Order: sequence, then structure tokens, then C-alpha cells
Amino acid sequence: MSDVSDFSEPSDAHSFRNTEAADRRLRKRHAAERRFRFYGAAAVSIALLALAALIFDIVGKGHGAFQRHVLTLQIYFDPDVIDPRGDRSSQSLRMGNYTSLVRNSLTEIFSGATGRSDRRSLGSLVSTGAAFQLQDMVMADPSLVGERRLVTVPFADDADMYYKGYIRADTPEVDRRLLDTQIAWLDQLERRGHTHSEFNANFFTSGDSREPELAGILGALTGSILTLCVTLLLSFPLGVASAIYLEEFAPKNRWTDLIEVNINNLAAVPSIVFGLLGLGMFLNVFGFPRSAPLIGGMVLALMTLPTIIIAGRAALKAVPPSIREAAMSMGASPLQVVLQHVLPLAMPGILTGTIIGMAQALGETAPLLMIGMVAFIVDIPSAFTSPATVLPVQIFLWSDSPERAFVEKTSAAIMVLLLFLMAMNLAAVLLRQRFERRW
Amino acid sequence: MRTFGILALALALGLPVQAGAQGRDQIRIVGSSTVFPFATAVAEQFGKTTDFKTPVIESTGSGGGLKLFCAGVGMQHPDVTNSSRRIKASEIELCNSNGVLDIVEVKIGFDGIVIANSKATGRYSLTKEQVFRALAKDVPNAAGKLVPNGYTTWSEIDASLPNTRIEVLGPPPTSGTRDAFVELAMEGGAKAIPSLKALRKQDKKAFKAVAHAIREDGAYVEAGENDNLIVQKLEANPKALGIFGFSFLQQNADKIQGSLVGGSKPTFENIASGEYGISRSLYFYVKAAHIDRVPGIREYVGEFTSDRAVGPDGYLGDKGLIPLPDSDRAAVRDAAENLVSIQLADLAAN
Repeated sequence: MSDVSDFSEPSDAHSFRNTEAADRRLRKRHAAERRFRFYGAAAVSIALLALAALIFDIVGKGHGAFQRHVLTLQIYFDPDVIDPRGDRSSQSLRMGNYTSLVRNSLTEIFSGATGRSDRRSLGSLVSTGAAFQLQDMVMADPSLVGERRLVTVPFADDADMYYKGYIRADTPEVDRRLLDTQIAWLDQLERRGHTHSEFNANFFTSGDSREPELAGILGALTGSILTLCVTLLLSFPLGVASAIYLEEFAPKNRWTDLIEVNINNLAAVPSIVFGLLGLGMFLNVFGFPRSAPLIGGMVLALMTLPTIIIAGRAALKAVPPSIREAAMSMGASPLQVVLQHVLPLAMPGILTGTIIGMAQALGETAPLLMIGMVAFIVDIPSAFTSPATVLPVQIFLWSDSPERAFVEKTSAAIMVLLLFLMAMNLAAVLLRQRFERRW
Repeated sequence: MRTFGILALALALGLPVQAGAQGRDQIRIVGSSTVFPFATAVAEQFGKTTDFKTPVIESTGSGGGLKLFCAGVGMQHPDVTNSSRRIKASEIELCNSNGVLDIVEVKIGFDGIVIANSKATGRYSLTKEQVFRALAKDVPNAAGKLVPNGYTTWSEIDASLPNTRIEVLGPPPTSGTRDAFVELAMEGGAKAIPSLKALRKQDKKAFKAVAHAIREDGAYVEAGENDNLIVQKLEANPKALGIFGFSFLQQNADKIQGSLVGGSKPTFENIASGEYGISRSLYFYVKAAHIDRVPGIREYVGEFTSDRAVGPDGYLGDKGLIPLPDSDRAAVRDAAENLVSIQLADLAAN
């Protein structure tokens, strides 16, 4: 910078003014640069702040979903209650009233609660899943009948919300989901050490449920993985092949121009349109089943294809012509040039495009609505054609549920979705590093 | 590369041939997002307590559900559709033209629609007429002539109401809750105004056009289909009122309160007895032709009409469904058990 002022020594008044003007201009230009840098830094910090606020909010709301409160009960597997026929057969054990076992055990602790309504409100503190848990235990091991065992069962969502501090004892009784007596019971259970908080493994091992304390993410996660597998398997080879053909082999004429324009347009088509296409083609014409990850993956593949083709062409174009010419001059055929020299060099760029397309596909719900993947599905999908839903749909369904305990589930599901996305990105980064070459 | 391509081809070509012809061992249900939380609770219970698979329930909206339901008989079409309104004659005709002849209607209960605000301010006591005057696009002036709605504060409508700006958050026109609100609250309010009552006698269509038009000058804010969002916005803005389903009031009673409508509070009992005036019936429809082809439909309907589900102490009551009166419930159960199918004449009767 100093060389500018050195350039014209102040020899006379005229040139002195000139230099001063030059200095002013220089200062102005420096100021403009500083301003520009400041704007850039401000823009980045606003973006970072927004991201931090978002993550803080999600983690703040959602971390509670990874913990749950459980109750350890002394359960007496009363033969009169759970084995109505008395023969220990599975049919008989299936007819048993397992809810009663839980209620009996609770009334043993609170001997004062004897009336029907008391028993009801006491029983409703424990998750409805507890009865099924006991039933499964007995079905697996009929010798339990007549025994006493310590069993750990989950609390119902309202009780869990109370322990987590979302339901407060100081709100008037009519305005909260728990009665005064129920809160007194919960406090006593805690004081007597019957309860503890544990890692909510259930959230990662079960499918959806209408009971917040039983709802899990595994079904949606599996659905997302299956769907994205299909999307990747279809869109990556097709996209790369199309990009190579269009970039390296296709003649440049009006037809290829038309195709190029169309691909660019398709990349901007709203995703719901692909859903309608999927409904019209795959479901109505071909008769594929509804709600299947296979179809979801096919629809999302259509949506992802243009992104991969465009990114792939750009990456192929960026490979220097010298590489091609060198390979050609060594006698390689055009196919050998592309597959052995150009494609490996273009791979990092293609992978970046693919990961952007896949990330977009991971977050889609609109096209899946049309093909029946916005649904309540309890069973974990086991095949490409079994009914499934995906993570963003699960987030949408939970956020729309009235129960307050679903608020933390929603945020926790968002965290799982973000982690999934990060894992995908990480895989892409690692792959990119493997292929990265410098020239 | 090559293996990828072959895999993709196999995926794309191999499966459709068998997929269509396959039978099904899982009930498929579509339909209303209002009935969705209730139907899913029943489905889960049904899946856990029987050997049948848990039904798959899609949330497509009532109209979308009936369209899918009426598309035909066969394993690629759903067996049951949920609806937050009664099936229309045109929909029965569509069903019939596609070979869906026997449709069993099951009424499951009521859903209240509440007008609520934050507990930080006082509870509103409204009449349907005041609701209409606050939210209609055009209201009659003193001379009975229709003019664009000029009310900006509640106290302009009635001196007993607070002097706060009219700001109501509600569902968009695509929502079934909005349809029901317009039909029950707005139309009810319009009927209470003499000049509009007279119009109704002369020209029903013109009356409906007036009664169903909601103002678009910012006093009514379309807040999206997500009722939880409306609840959150009410907490943040104590001056606003919100319109949503009763189950959301039930879950958030510590933060928001339901306004009295026509002097009656939106409580479980008042909605059940019909004293609270804004509530609608919820239904589901079963395709009789599928009953013996898909296992479990009969048992699913049995579970959904049982007292432990829809009775006064049933588990759906806990989710916010208002039960039918005892006698109606018995009649519904009988009709469902005997698979009485709905006829066009039944619709005309109402």
C-alpha cells in the first residue's frame, strides 16, 4: 500500500493536493473493504446464531425424551387373575387381566386407595404398556404364575411429565392432567424410592405408538434407511450414467439442448408433483402396494436424479482437458478415457451433488403423502415392500399430536434426523477424501 | 457400477408383477386427520390384544380418504376410511360406480370445537351471533343491509366484551375443523340475525354464501392445520383467540381456557350432552366387500365400538373423544355388527 504514496513525492502544491486526494481515495477504498469484511462476518455470525438458537431450542426441548421415569413394583402373578382357566395354557394366559396385576400391586403400596375411582386414577399413573410387558413375561415363562417378582414398568406420560417438571403441583387441580391425590401418590413413590429415571432405550427400539411413553423412532428410522437405499441405488447409477453420456458422448445438437433445458427445469419442480407422478404411475398403473419404502425410494429417486445429473456434468466439465488428451495420446479408447481417468477425478464433485440430493430426499414428506407413507405404522418395516414411514413424517405426525409429552419426542426425532444427516455427510466427506486428487 | 445397475433394474422390474395380485393380512385405513388420533389408539390396542397385525392408518383428510376408499374393491384399495363429516350423496354415487356397493357407516362420537385464549387474560363469554359478527366477511348493518365487516374490537360488537382488537387464529379452508366451525358456529350465528334469517327463507344459497364467508382483512388469521401451533401462539399473545379441537384444550388446560359459547363452557360433559353448541360427529366407513377378504376387519370394528374404547370411561375419552349417548351407542354397535350398509335415502333423511 505504501508504494502508492511513495510513487508521487510531494514536489509542488498541485501534486500535494493530488496526493492528498489519492490518500483520501485510498482510505475510502480501505474503509469500503473493511465494511465489506464486516458485512460478511456479520452475515456469518447471524447465520451461526440462528443455527445455535435452533439447536439450543431443539436440544433443550428434546433432551428429556432420552430419559424416562420407571417404577419398580412387587408384582404378584396371581393365578386367579391371569389364568382364568387354571391350566397354564397360552390361550388361558392370554385372556388374563394383566392391568389388574399392576393395580393390585399399587394398592398394596397405597392401602388407602380402595374405591373404584381411586384404583382407576392410581392405575392410570402407570403406562398401559405395563400390562403387555407383564403378559409377554408370562407368555415367555409360564412358571412365573403364582410367583412374586420385582418388575420395572414405565410411568404413563402424565406422570413422567410431572417428574420432569412440565406438570406443576401449584396449578389448580382442574387445570392439570393429574389430580391432587395422584400427585401425592407420585411424591410418595419418589420418596420411598420406588421410582428412578433411566435412559429411555425404548425410544430407539420400538415403533410408533399413540402412548407417548411407548413411542419410538426405530420404525421411522428403518423406513428412512430403506427408502434412501432405494433412492441411492436408482438415482446414483442412472444419474452418473446420464451425466457421462450427455457430457462426454452425446452429440451437441438441438435434441441434447432440449434435454439439458428439461433436466434443469426438473430440478426446480416442486416435490409434490413427483408424488402425484408416483401415485399415477407406480400405484395406479403398475399396481405397486401403498406405503412401501420401495415406491417412496423410486419417487424420491426421480426427484434426486436432476440434481445428480447437473452436479455430475459440472464435475466432469471441471476435469482439465489435458488429462483427456494425455490419455487419448497414449491410445486409450474414449470409454477408457472416461472410466479410468475422467470419472475418478470427477468423483468428489459427483459425490457432493449426490449427497445434496440425498439430504433433500431425506427431508421430504410432500411426495410421500401421495403414496401413503404419511401413516401410523406400529410394526418396524422388515422389507422394501412392507408398510413404512420416514423420519420427517414421524416428526410431522408427533408435532400434530395433542399429548404434551409428544413435544419432547418431536424434538428428539429432529435430533435423530440431524444425526442421520450428519452421518450421511460424513460418509460423503470420507469418500471424497479417498477420491480426491490434485493436478 | 454394473452391479448397481442390475440391482436397480431388478428392483424396478421384478416386483410389480407379484405386488398387485398379492392378498393382504393387514387392514388399511385412510381418512380424516381429526379421527386419526382416535383410530390410531384403537388400532394399537387392537394390534396388541389380538393376533392380527396392527392396521396401517394414513392421515389423508376426510375428502381424500373417501376418494381413495371409493376407488374400487380389491386389495390395492383401503378397507376403512375415517371421516370428520358424513359421507356425501355424490361420494356414495362415486363408490357405487366403482363397484363399492355396501358401505357400513359407524358413528364413533363427537368432537368439540373450542374458541380459547390464554389464561393470562379473562375468559370470554360469547354467543354464536357475536362470533359471526366478529368473523364474517359481510355483516348486516342496522338497516339490515349487508356491508363489509367493520368491527375492529370486541367491545364494538357488544359492550360486555373487552375492548381488545379482534384477532382470531384458526384453521385454513382446507381443514375439516374449519368446515365444521363455519357450519356450526358461523351459520348458527347468522341464523340469529333477523335480516339473515329472512334471507335464508328466500334464498338458501345466498344465505350460505354470507354465513360461510370469513373476513380476510387480518382479524382472522389462518394459522395452519397444526393445532399445537395455535396453542403456542395463544400463549405468546394473550390478546388473541384461537379455534381448535377439544382434545388440545384438554391437554393444555393449564395454559389456555375455552370461551363460553351461548353460556356453556366447553367441558366433556357439556359437549356430550349437546349443551355446548359447537361439536360435530365423527365417523368411519367400512367396505363390506373386504370384510371376509382381509382378516380382522370385523374385530377391529368390534374394538372401535366397544365400551372400553368409546364408552363414557373408555380410553378414547382420555384422548378427547366425546362419547355418544348410551342408547345411540348400542344402536351403532348393533348396526355395525350386522353390517347394515348406508343407502342414499339415509342421507336424505337428515
